Amino acid sequence: MRFAVLVFPGTWSDWDCVYALEDLGQTAERVWHKESSLDEYDGVILPGGFSYGDHLRCGAIARFSPVMSALERFSVTGKPIFGSCNGFQILCEAGLLPGVLQRNASLQFRCQPQELTVERADTGFTNGCRTGQIVQLPISHGEGQYFATPDVLDELEDAGRIIFRYSGENPNGSLRDIAGIISPMGNVLGMMPHPERASDALLGGTDGNYIWRSIIERWG
Amino acid sequence: MTSYPAPTDAPAAEVDADVLAQIALSRDEYERACDMLGRAPSDVELGMIGALWSEHCGYKHSRSLFQHFPTEDERILTKLGDENAGAIDIGDGWVAVMKIESHNHPSAIEPYEGAATGVGGIVRDIFAMGAQPIALLDSLRFGPLEDQRNRRLCVGVVAGIGGYGNCLGIPTVGGELVIGDSYGGNPLVNAMCLGIAPRGALISATAGPSGTQLMIVGADTGRDGLHGATFASVELDESSAERRPAVQVGNPFLEKSLMDACVGLVREHRDWLEGLQDCGAAGITSSTVEMAERANAGIRIQTQSVPRRESGMTPYEVMLSESQERMIAAVKPAHVSDVEGWFDHWDLHAEVIGEVTDDGIARVFDGELEVAAAPVSLLTGAPAYMPDAERDPDAETRSHWDPGSVPDLHSSDANDALLALLGSPNIASKRWVYRQYDHMVGTNTVVTPGSDAAVLRIRGVRQGLAVCTDGPGRAVELDPYAGSARAVAEAARNIACTGARPIAVTDCLNFANPERASIYYQLRESIRGMADACRAFGTPVVSGNASLYNESEDSPVTPTPVVGMLGIISDVNHAVRMAFQDEGDEIWLLGASLEQAASTLGGSEYLAVLQNKSAGPIDVDLEAEAALIEVLVEAAERGILKSAHDCSDGGVAVAIAESAIAGEIGTVIDAEFGARLDSALFGEAGARAIVSVDSVARSDLLEIAAMLGVHAVKLGSVGGNRLKIGEVDLPLQDVTDAWNSALPNLLDG
Repeated sequence: MRFAVLVFPGTWSDWDCVYALEDLGQTAERVWHKESSLDEYDGVILPGGFSYGDHLRCGAIARFSPVMSALERFSVTGKPIFGSCNGFQILCEAGLLPGVLQRNASLQFRCQPQELTVERADTGFTNGCRTGQIVQLPISHGEGQYFATPDVLDELEDAGRIIFRYSGENPNGSLRDIAGIISPMGNVLGMMPHPERASDALLGGTDGNYIWRSIIERWG
Repeated sequence: MTSYPAPTDAPAAEVDADVLAQIALSRDEYERACDMLGRAPSDVELGMIGALWSEHCGYKHSRSLFQHFPTEDERILTKLGDENAGAIDIGDGWVAVMKIESHNHPSAIEPYEGAATGVGGIVRDIFAMGAQPIALLDSLRFGPLEDQRNRRLCVGVVAGIGGYGNCLGIPTVGGELVIGDSYGGNPLVNAMCLGIAPRGALISATAGPSGTQLMIVGADTGRDGLHGATFASVELDESSAERRPAVQVGNPFLEKSLMDACVGLVREHRDWLEGLQDCGAAGITSSTVEMAERANAGIRIQTQSVPRRESGMTPYEVMLSESQERMIAAVKPAHVSDVEGWFDHWDLHAEVIGEVTDDGIARVFDGELEVAAAPVSLLTGAPAYMPDAERDPDAETRSHWDPGSVPDLHSSDANDALLALLGSPNIASKRWVYRQYDHMVGTNTVVTPGSDAAVLRIRGVRQGLAVCTDGPGRAVELDPYAGSARAVAEAARNIACTGARPIAVTDCLNFANPERASIYYQLRESIRGMADACRAFGTPVVSGNASLYNESEDSPVTPTPVVGMLGIISDVNHAVRMAFQDEGDEIWLLGASLEQAASTLGGSEYLAVLQNKSAGPIDVDLEAEAALIEVLVEAAERGILKSAHDCSDGGVAVAIAESAIAGEIGTVIDAEFGARLDSALFGEAGARAIVSVDSVARSDLLEIAAMLGVHAVKLGSVGGNRLKIGEVDLPLQDVTDAWNSALPNLLDG
């Protein structure tokens, strides 16, 4: 597959995502936020970081970048869009996913390995997992507390759109332990944890590859 | 005598005691400057002299001591002090660049921004050389955390380091947190940055030949940080809070763009540039004048061309502002518009503010008006002082005190003593700190914080880098020479415990007012001790920073040289960690027998925590340390070590407990403790490490140790869910809880 890894000013997981995908034999190209077309790609990654320094609100300024109109068009093609950390925040700000990410309940940044429960294994992002499987992916964020109104949360639950929940201690106060959600069409997934940081045994874990391999399996 | 023509449009500054105090220039230094100029300086010139002759920029009291340091070997690519940071050839076509720097005084006044901008400054020093920053470390000292003021400083500093470093996408992989009474009014905040670049891709901080254009890029210039270099060079007092305008405010987002743009520019278009320089302490003044000095040139600066964020700024303010996130690029005239275009991609604005000349004079213009015309050699020619040195009689007396005069620990108190030590903030888990730092971004952190040293890989390269900081202030206070040698030895041991060979040092000298004989003695002896240790380990000093005048109304700080050390591990896949691994593995003590004389408790954490005493002799045996390092590196390269952990604060018992906690597995230690229980368990004799091996590898370990003349003694084995170290017998869970909960209990809530 040929992936676009979007780079906004302040993005910092772009190379990490490129390397994780390249290590699995995929093509991944960093795409600057001023580009206006994503037509030539098979999938789009929105990596972590602090786009625009989280000024105003995390992801709030990035959503106005030229590449975001291209991303909206890309989303209706059914091809995969995956956002992690700041990428999740941007997808929420852009309205491609519901809800917002607030400051962690502790009011402190948290960087640590984190266990997650895979709620559904029949999505394009988790088909390599088992439902109920515990995976370990690092988190690294100051604003990862998922918040949405009760009716939105109920709708997410009812439609089976909560794909990952924090297992064990909830690290940021996210409502209903939500760590990752998916779009109604099933091709846009956002999550706070970082699969690209768990894609190499040398760094202590490879559970992130479940996600990459699932994407390649479904859309490759 | 030479007399330099006065700037055409500025009269000599009127000078009184207040004016000189504001720029921390003594009357003698003012007279000296007048003599060198052959006239009195103008207002702007005086400000420039004050900033460049400050301790912070001019190293007046430390410069003449740096000659003690070994600074060269075949790997070292820079000359100490010549560039923004030190560069080391690490093989495989790569170069490492590193430096440590203090931001103590700003952090005392405004902990979040002070610490944040400390990170920003050290990162700019690294990418000013064209290197990609890949790791940060932070060495922190605060007063007792029971005091609300110290807690506020600690919480704010940690948040500031995280707030800035996390936003940059540079992992913070290590450092220290040490609590001591003397740091109450004057915390220490030292930040170290490590970068890498392909060999041959570095750029110098030089101005280049006459006609080269000087461009400023990054933040607009405001009044923030005015006199920051001066502020860093005086003691803190009750009026220090009024110096808050001398503390800068950071914008890490801007720095991230600036970093990406500068690293990319040097990698791809180095031929457009003559040099690149960080605009740090003393702002445009020091950056441009130091660049001119390196090129043996002069400069013309047009202050009206400097983009500003405030109106009505005087040329003096523009020249001395310490607004953050600014760089000076020396650009070949034909490439000015190329450079503008390059930065424009990141929405950064690059502006020509001056040019290089050939007359050796630093000229500053405010439009048509010439307001400064001072020779570069004068501005960079701060006097060097070697004041009287005399050992503090109180410290000397305390260093002669005999720890054997304290009754030995009763065996029934051994459990409580260990728990008390593990709960001391200096030994307890630092997770409360490092989980607020992104330590994994970049996906190169092979050994994460909480170990002896962090280990980083370089993608596509077999070798890895190990990096750590160490600064045992209490030992340095008791014996500046031996304590400082021990700082280097501990760092080297930490590096070697991962399997890496130590190769270079950067140091941050945190001392009090050197104009006092007892402090200058500390500084001099500390440098001598570090220098001799660096020689013993073959680790030249490649960069550093002196932070003097660290004192408050209460007292001077404990002398705290912080050693940042870099090592190379020959195969990053073989990095060794501190955690015990498997039931039945054998635990060995390398370097000495378990029995230790009472004197090894000198300056120990045991005496500090359980006897409230900072006293006793400090010993260091550099030959034994060097031999131990060889054993650790050799054993790691042969792949026989299941774990390795340095024995330092809290001695053997704490080292074993930490390895057990990290491995989540107990121990049974049944070796002979000898005459004294306290020194065997908690003595801090150097040149020792705790390793574990499986029984198959035992003979290899013993062979290596024997070959290098290092004593090895089997202490016991790994296994079970209790920590048994002779008289100590505790459930591992209790030990783990004591170690984990200490900092959260002190700092949360």
